[in-house]
Amino acid sequence: MELAGLLTYGIFFLTLVGIYGLLALGLNVQWGYAGMLNIGVAAFFTVGAYTSAIITTAESSGHLGGFGLPFPVGLASAMALSGILALGVGLITLRLRSDYLAIASIGIAEIVRLTLKNEGWLTGGVRGMAGIPRPLAGLIPGYDATLYLLLVLAFVAAVYWANERAWRSPWGRVLRAIRENEAAARAMGKNSLLFRLQAFVLGAVVMGLAGALYAHFVRFISPEAFNPLFATFLIWVMLIAGGSGNNRGALLGAFVIWIVWSATEIFVTRLPEDLVTRAGALRVLLIGILLQVILLARPQGILPERPPRPERHE
Amino acid sequence: MDILQLLIYGIVLGGVIALGAIGVSLTFGILGFANFSHGDLMSTGAYIALIFFTTLAWPLWIALPIAMIATAALALAIDRSLYRWFRTRQPVILLISSFGVALILRSLVQMIWGPDTITYQTGIQMPYRVAGLRIRPDQITILLCTIFLVLAVHLFLQRTKMGKAMRAMADNPNLARLSGIDTERVVLWTWVLGGGLAGAAGVFLGLDTRLHPEMGWTLLLPIFAAAILSGIGKPYGAIVGGLVIGIVQEMSTLVIAAAYKPAIAFAILVVMLIVRPTGLFSGRSTV
Amino acid sequence: MSLLSMEKVTGGYGEADILHDVTLRVEAGEIVVIVGPNGAGKSTAMKAIFGLLKLRSGQIRFDGQDITNWKPDRVVRRGICFVPQTDNVFPTLTVQENLEMGAFVRNDDIRPAMERVFELFPPLREKRRQAAGTLSGGQRQMVAMGRALMLDPKLLLLDEPTAGLSPIFIDQIFQIVKQVNATGIGILMVEQNAKQALAIANRGYVMAQGANRHEGTGQELLADREVAEMFLGG
Repeated sequence: MELAGLLTYGIFFLTLVGIYGLLALGLNVQWGYAGMLNIGVAAFFTVGAYTSAIITTAESSGHLGGFGLPFPVGLASAMALSGILALGVGLITLRLRSDYLAIASIGIAEIVRLTLKNEGWLTGGVRGMAGIPRPLAGLIPGYDATLYLLLVLAFVAAVYWANERAWRSPWGRVLRAIRENEAAARAMGKNSLLFRLQAFVLGAVVMGLAGALYAHFVRFISPEAFNPLFATFLIWVMLIAGGSGNNRGALLGAFVIWIVWSATEIFVTRLPEDLVTRAGALRVLLIGILLQVILLARPQGILPERPPRPERHE
Repeated sequence: MDILQLLIYGIVLGGVIALGAIGVSLTFGILGFANFSHGDLMSTGAYIALIFFTTLAWPLWIALPIAMIATAALALAIDRSLYRWFRTRQPVILLISSFGVALILRSLVQMIWGPDTITYQTGIQMPYRVAGLRIRPDQITILLCTIFLVLAVHLFLQRTKMGKAMRAMADNPNLARLSGIDTERVVLWTWVLGGGLAGAAGVFLGLDTRLHPEMGWTLLLPIFAAAILSGIGKPYGAIVGGLVIGIVQEMSTLVIAAAYKPAIAFAILVVMLIVRPTGLFSGRSTV
Repeated sequence: MSLLSMEKVTGGYGEADILHDVTLRVEAGEIVVIVGPNGAGKSTAMKAIFGLLKLRSGQIRFDGQDITNWKPDRVVRRGICFVPQTDNVFPTLTVQENLEMGAFVRNDDIRPAMERVFELFPPLREKRRQAAGTLSGGQRQMVAMGRALMLDPKLLLLDEPTAGLSPIFIDQIFQIVKQVNATGIGILMVEQNAKQALAIANRGYVMAQGANRHEGTGQELLADREVAEMFLGG
């Protein structure tokens, strides 16, 4: 591959790592901070992507809208809608054991997936949605992708900074306390429950943001890209591999696992012709085994969680 | 379509869901985690039966037990190689691991048998007609086998020492340990029973519809709903829960698009969680 | 030689020790009561005997054998049965099934043992097919004790058997404890109703802050002014 091609691939690669990094950061607030099992990351990711797409695309007969509104409006709506969805799921399962949240969250993911496929008027169904505008395009001719990468990285940095502050704040401390002793926390009154709900909603808002950024990056979305494998499972593997409870770990996990995932693609394309149709399954198998190995050998991840340094008083 | 006709379909589907829900309910009660790989265990069982039932053309009454035993052995092997190590840690780690196991099983099925739908037998079965209602011979087989298996499980749980110990451990794991019950052996039997029933449920699902790598995963939500409906950790309730979910799912096609059938299970689940989180039979508490 | 002896036992559930040099003994056929304020480590001392605790130092001997840090099922087989304070029955199992579970480690005929339990607790015989969760508090306590007696233990550990029961039942429970003891079974009991418990006890221990404070016969402790003021509510 020539240098230019390598550079293009590098930019493409890093943008996706950034988007997955955001998803992992969102999940880290839910699982790493608050111990809330969200097995339906895909739901919030999807809602984010489709919301922003509907808001910003030009009017189309293929789906609802589009409303042709500016990118920031799409982004804000995506985050808001994901947050509202999370609020609903959170309110239902807040008082229950974490298993029930897990079950309810795959339920929501399933309903979102069914809606995606069956409600063509809303989402374009299996034909998907095309022509999603990419912001900053044409600002510096020839550097669209680079500019977009910078935009994504700016969001990653902002969310990382916010997450770190939250971790050190009293809010983060209460969440950790709840996580350590769910039973006691449930007995503690409404306030602690409210903290968990906030964590769940905030995590989902970040996932919605990631969804929107994804839509504007790939510019064509269809149900295919939002199956539970890509949009839920990989993110879990990333967070656990990187180190749940550690934001740097979440980002590192996104980077490493995306490399592994991409490498498996290179590996399976070299298989004999007749096996290639089943290669997708092989990649999933490898990632599935990788998760088990991590859980067995290094459950705390590459960068384990650390208690925050005591705040300095000046 | 006729309501009675849908009722029949609902009972057949409900039986399949119930067989799955018994296993989920037992693993939840005894091991304390929601097993997300149970649906894919069912798919695996269905595909194992394909080897004997379709490829080798053995009769169902041989292929079914083989599939059940193989699925039980698989469940046990997964427990020994993975879950056993996570048991002393938080139960949520088990849940996450089981989610990974679900994907491993599904991708294995897809690698071995391919991603397309397969049927056990080609050709169209002529349904029996009784009083204007249609029922296929396969569906009668499913119903009879389900009744037989549920009765067998009932007798096992009610009459044998191990069955009682399983119920005891689902009731109160700490007291079971204090009473000197060999909890590791109870766990082993839980996987044998849950895995075997999952295998059977998978075969029945394949007989009723078609085989597809995602067949079990799609049914996981209704199974969880049935288990929660009945009060999780209560195997008997799971039977009623399964029937309720199955029948309501089929009946729902009168009002909403058939594509949303799986969503109905979720709707029931949500209502249950809000109204009566301990389940209809008030089993172990959800909080 | 004592039936059970605990020598300078120190330990807890995790990092922090709850018990500090706790020493106590039970002679064969005795009723021994541990009293003391909340958080004194009374129940923890019992759990230590039953292998539910991590011990850092000290020794527990039972019937001439060192059982320090044995696992619960091994302790059960050796002849000590434990009745926890709460959640001490299998609620959806019938009374009879509860008793059967108590005898899980036995492979011989358990009917004589069950018959003895029914003779000790006649109300259970009528309710043998009823789910234990549906019984009254006092009857549930009978099931719990009956389950523990199914292995013919030499020593029974009772953790606050009267907690949460009405006064009528409390008398009944102490009556039952005496009855069980009359069959030759040693009893070690933690009790909040200290006066009544010490009244039926051969000996008693007063614990505070995870350590021994006083010991003596039941009568001595009841008569001791300081003990009465500190722990028995005047």
